[in-house]
Amino acid sequence: MTETILRQLDVFLADPTGLHTYLVVSALLFVLGLIACMARRNAIGILIGIELILNAAILNFMVFWHFRGGQATDSTLAGPMMGIFLIVLAACEAAIALAVLLNLYFNFGTVEVDSIRRMKR
Amino acid sequence: MKEIIVRLVQILSEGTNISFVLITVLVLASATVAALSRSVVQAAFALFFTLLGMAGYYVLLGSGFLAITQIVIYVGGILVLLMFGILLTNRPLQREKADAGRLYLVAGAIGAVLFLGVLVHVIVAAPWAVGVAPGAPAGDVRPIGRLLFDRYLLAFEVAGMTLLLCLVGAAYLVRRRDQ
Amino acid sequence: MSILAIAILILCLPVAMFGVLALFHNRIPRHGDFLAILTLGACLLFSTILFFKAFFSDGSTAVWGFGAVGWLAARAGNALSSGILVDNLTAAMLVVVTLISFLVHLFSVKYMEGDVRYGRYYCGLLFFTASMVGVVLASDLLWLYMSWELVGLSSYILIGHWYEKKSASDAAIKAFITTRIGDVGMLIGLLICYWKVGSLQYADLFAAVQTGGLAGGWHTIAGLGIFFGAMGKSAQFPLHVWLPDAMEGPTPVSALIHAATMVAAGVYLTARMLPFFDSTTLVFIAYIGGFTALFAATIAVVQDDIKKVLAYSTVSQLGYMVLGLGVGGYVSGMFHLTTHAFFKAGLFLGSGAVIYAMHHEQSMSRYGGLRRKMPVTTVCYLLATLALVGFPGFSGFWSKDAILADSLAYAMLHPIHAFLPIAGFVTVFLTAFYMFRQFFLTFTGKPRDSHAYEHAREAPWQMLVPLIVLGALAVVGGGFGGWFGAMNPKRGGEEQVDAIVRSGYVSTWTSRLSLSSVSTLSTESTPSTSEHGESAHGPEVEALHKAHYIAMGLSTILGLSGIGFGALFYFERRNGRALFDPARVAARFAPIHRLLWNKYYLDEIYMLCFVMSFRGIAWLAAWFDRLVIDSIVNFFGLLGVAGSWIVEIFDRYVVDGLGVNGAARVTALLGEGLSFSETGRVRQYIVSMVTGLLVAAGACAFAYFAF
Repeated sequence: MTETILRQLDVFLADPTGLHTYLVVSALLFVLGLIACMARRNAIGILIGIELILNAAILNFMVFWHFRGGQATDSTLAGPMMGIFLIVLAACEAAIALAVLLNLYFNFGTVEVDSIRRMKR
Repeated sequence: MKEIIVRLVQILSEGTNISFVLITVLVLASATVAALSRSVVQAAFALFFTLLGMAGYYVLLGSGFLAITQIVIYVGGILVLLMFGILLTNRPLQREKADAGRLYLVAGAIGAVLFLGVLVHVIVAAPWAVGVAPGAPAGDVRPIGRLLFDRYLLAFEVAGMTLLLCLVGAAYLVRRRDQ
Repeated sequence: MSILAIAILILCLPVAMFGVLALFHNRIPRHGDFLAILTLGACLLFSTILFFKAFFSDGSTAVWGFGAVGWLAARAGNALSSGILVDNLTAAMLVVVTLISFLVHLFSVKYMEGDVRYGRYYCGLLFFTASMVGVVLASDLLWLYMSWELVGLSSYILIGHWYEKKSASDAAIKAFITTRIGDVGMLIGLLICYWKVGSLQYADLFAAVQTGGLAGGWHTIAGLGIFFGAMGKSAQFPLHVWLPDAMEGPTPVSALIHAATMVAAGVYLTARMLPFFDSTTLVFIAYIGGFTALFAATIAVVQDDIKKVLAYSTVSQLGYMVLGLGVGGYVSGMFHLTTHAFFKAGLFLGSGAVIYAMHHEQSMSRYGGLRRKMPVTTVCYLLATLALVGFPGFSGFWSKDAILADSLAYAMLHPIHAFLPIAGFVTVFLTAFYMFRQFFLTFTGKPRDSHAYEHAREAPWQMLVPLIVLGALAVVGGGFGGWFGAMNPKRGGEEQVDAIVRSGYVSTWTSRLSLSSVSTLSTESTPSTSEHGESAHGPEVEALHKAHYIAMGLSTILGLSGIGFGALFYFERRNGRALFDPARVAARFAPIHRLLWNKYYLDEIYMLCFVMSFRGIAWLAAWFDRLVIDSIVNFFGLLGVAGSWIVEIFDRYVVDGLGVNGAARVTALLGEGLSFSETGRVRQYIVSMVTGLLVAAGACAFAYFAF
C-alpha cells in the first residue's frame, strides 16, 4: 500500500508543476463540486457546486492544451478558446438557473430543494 | 507513512514555482469551504477565491486573456449573479437545518472519495503523451480576436445566439405575472 | 427594349397585378380598379410598341425558350421545352387582346359599380387577360395548352361572377365543361404530336409535317384533335352551346370573352397551327365553320334577349373566321378576327350601356326609342352594327369580303364544295336582317316600356369612351386590312410579304397552302413544289381575283337587302307600326319559328343524348348492382359476420385478456414498484447520478488497466 502510494508520488516529484499535479487539482475540484451538489440543500449551493465542476473542466482543457504532446506552437489556441466558450455557457447557465430559482422562490417561498417535492405523490 | 509526508513536503517545496504552490493551496482550501460550508453566503465568498485562483492557473498555463475573462465574467458577473440569487431568495436569520442532509453528506463523501481514487489512479497510470511545456506566448488577445471571427466563427455565433436566448428565456421566466 | 423583353413584360404585368389585387384589393381604395386599368393601359402601350417593332423591324421572329424541362421528358432525349414566340400574328393578337381588355376594364368601372365582389371581378379580368396573353405568346403547344386551360378557368370565374344566380353558375359550369370536352380532343392531338414528333414546338411540328415525320392517319387525327380544342373555345357547331348561356356573366365580360379573347383563342390556335393541318382536316374545318355561320345566324333571327342575339351573332362570325381559315384564307380569318373583335366588343359594350340605362332589363321587346335618350351610344352602336353587317366601307365589309372571296375562289376551284360560299352568302343576308332588327327594336320607334324609358340616361364617360373608340375602330378598322393583306402571300405585294412575315412560317405556309387549297382532292399525293413566287401566280390567284369582285358585289347586295327586310319588319313608321307585322309572319311559319326560338332544340337533344342516356346506363348499372353485385356482397357480408363472431370471442378472451389488459397490468405494477424510488428529492437524484458515474468510470478504468 505504502509502496504504491510512494510510487505514485514519485510521478509528481518528477515534475511538481507538471501535467499530473494539475490534473489532480482538477480532479479534486471536480469531486468537491460533486460533493457540494450532493450535500447541499440550498439550490444556490448546488449551483456553486456546478460552478466548481465547470472550473475543473476548464482547467482540464487548459492543462491539456498547455502540455500538448510535443508541439511547440499552436495557432488554433484551442484551450483558451474552449475556456472562453465554457465561461459563456456558464454565464448562460447561471442566468437561467437564477431565473428558475426566483420562480421557485415565488411559488414555494423557499429554495430548499428538499422542501420542493410536489412531484412526489 | 512518514515517507509519504516527506514526499509531499518535497513536492511542495522543491517546486521552484512558488506561485503555483500558493495558488494550489488557495484554490483547494477555498473550494473545500465553498463545497462544504454550511452557510451559502460563506460558500459564495469562498467560491470567489477559488475563481481568482483559477485565473492564476490560467496565467501560469499561458493564457492571460482567459484569466482576465475569468475574472471579468466569472467573478464580476456570475458570482455577483449568485450573490443576487442568495440575497433574493434567502430569508435572513434562517439557518440551515443541519441534520437532514447528513446522510447524504456521508454517502456523497464516500462516493466522491472513491471517485477521486479512481481519477487519481487514471491520472497517474495513463500514458499521457506529454510534450515539452512551452513558454507562455507573448500575447494572445490579437490571435484570439482573429480566431473568433475566422476559425471559431460558427461556435462564436452559436454562443452569441445561446446568450441571447438565455437572456430572453430568463426574462420570460421571471416576468411579472398578474394573478 | 428588345421584343422579347416587351413580350415578357406584357405577360408579367397582369400576372403581377393580379397577385397584388388578389391579396390586397380589400385594402386598396376602390378595390384597386384604377391599378388594373393602369396595368392594362401599360400592356396596351407595350403591345402597340411591340406591334410596330414586329411589323417594321427586319421581321425576324423572336423566340425565347425556357429550355428543356428534363423531368417532363417521357422518352429519353425528348425533354419538353417551352418558350415565347413573337411574330406578326402574335403582335397583332396582342394588340387586339390588350386593347379590348383595357376598354373593358374601363367600361366596367361604371357597369360594375357597387358590385359586392368588385375587387374579385377585377382580379378575374386581370387573370383572364394574363392567361390570354399566355396563349398568344406561347411558342409551343405545351405552354399554349396550359394557358388555354387557364383561360377556361378564368372564364368560368368571370361567367359565374354572379354565382348566387342559379342560371349564372350553371352557365359557368356549362362553359367550362363544354370547352373541356373540346380540350380532351386537343390533349389527344398533343399526345399524338409528342409521340410521333417528340416535341411540341410549333417549328418542330411544322418541320415534321413538311418532312413527312408526321403523316397519314395519325396526322389527320392529331390535326382534328387540335381543331376540336379550337372548336370548344371558339364555339363551333356541336360545341357552341356554352356561348349563348355564358351571357349570364356581366356584359363587359361578354364583350371581353366573347368578342375579343377567349373565343378568338380557338381561331388563333387554328390560324397558328394552319401549316400543320392536312387537307382532310382543313376541309373539315371549312365545313364546320360554314355550317356554324349559317346555323347560328338563323337562331339569332328570332331571339329576344339583346345579348342572346349578339351571342349567336358571335358564334356565326366565328364560323366565318373558321371557314376562312379552313379554305386556306389565313389572312382573311385573322383579319376578320381583328375587325370582329372591334365591332363586336363595341356591340357588347353598347348593349351593356343600354342594359345599364334600362336597369338590367335585357329583353328587346321592352326597349324602343332609346336613340333620343342615348344619342352617342346609338351612333356607336349603329357604326358597329354596320361594320358587322358588312356595309361597304366599314371594317367588317373588307374582312368579311376577304373570307367570302376566299371561300368562293375555293369553291370555284372545287365545285363540290359549293356549300361553303353559299352558306357564307346566306349568312350575310341573315346577319344584316337580325342586326337591324335588333337596332330598330332597341333604338327606334316608340318606347314599349315607358317607365324604364323615362329613367334611361346616356351612359357616363367611362362607358362612352370605350364605345367611341370601338365605334371609330369599327369604321376604320378595315384600314388595318393593309397589315393583314401584307401577311397574305396570295395577295401580291411581295415586298410587304417579305418585309413583314419573314418568320420562316410563311414559306412553310405557302407551300402548305398550295397543297391544301389547290390540290385538295385532285392531286393530293403530289407534294407541292411551288415556291412562294410561283404560287402567287397559280390558278388560285386567278380564281381569287375573279371571286373577289363577285363576292364584293354579292355581299353588298345581300347585306343591303337584309337591312331592307329588317326595316320592313321592324322599322316603325309614323303610325307606330312596321310595314309587315313580324308576329304574323312568325305565326304563319310557327313550326320554323318555334324551332329557331328553341335553338334547334340542341340543348334538349344534348340532354336526351348525353345526360339521359348516361342516366339510363347509370340506372341499368344500378339495377345490376343491386341485383347481382349486392347479393354477392351480402353473401360475403354474412360470411364476414359469422367469421367476426368467432374472431370476437378470440379477441375478447385472448387478445384483450392476455395481451392488452395483461400488458397494461404489468406496466402498472412496474410503475407502482418503481415509483418508490421517485422521492422528489433532488439530492437523492444527484447521488444516484454520481453513483452511476462512479460505477461507469470504475468499470472503464478497470477494463482499461486490466486488459
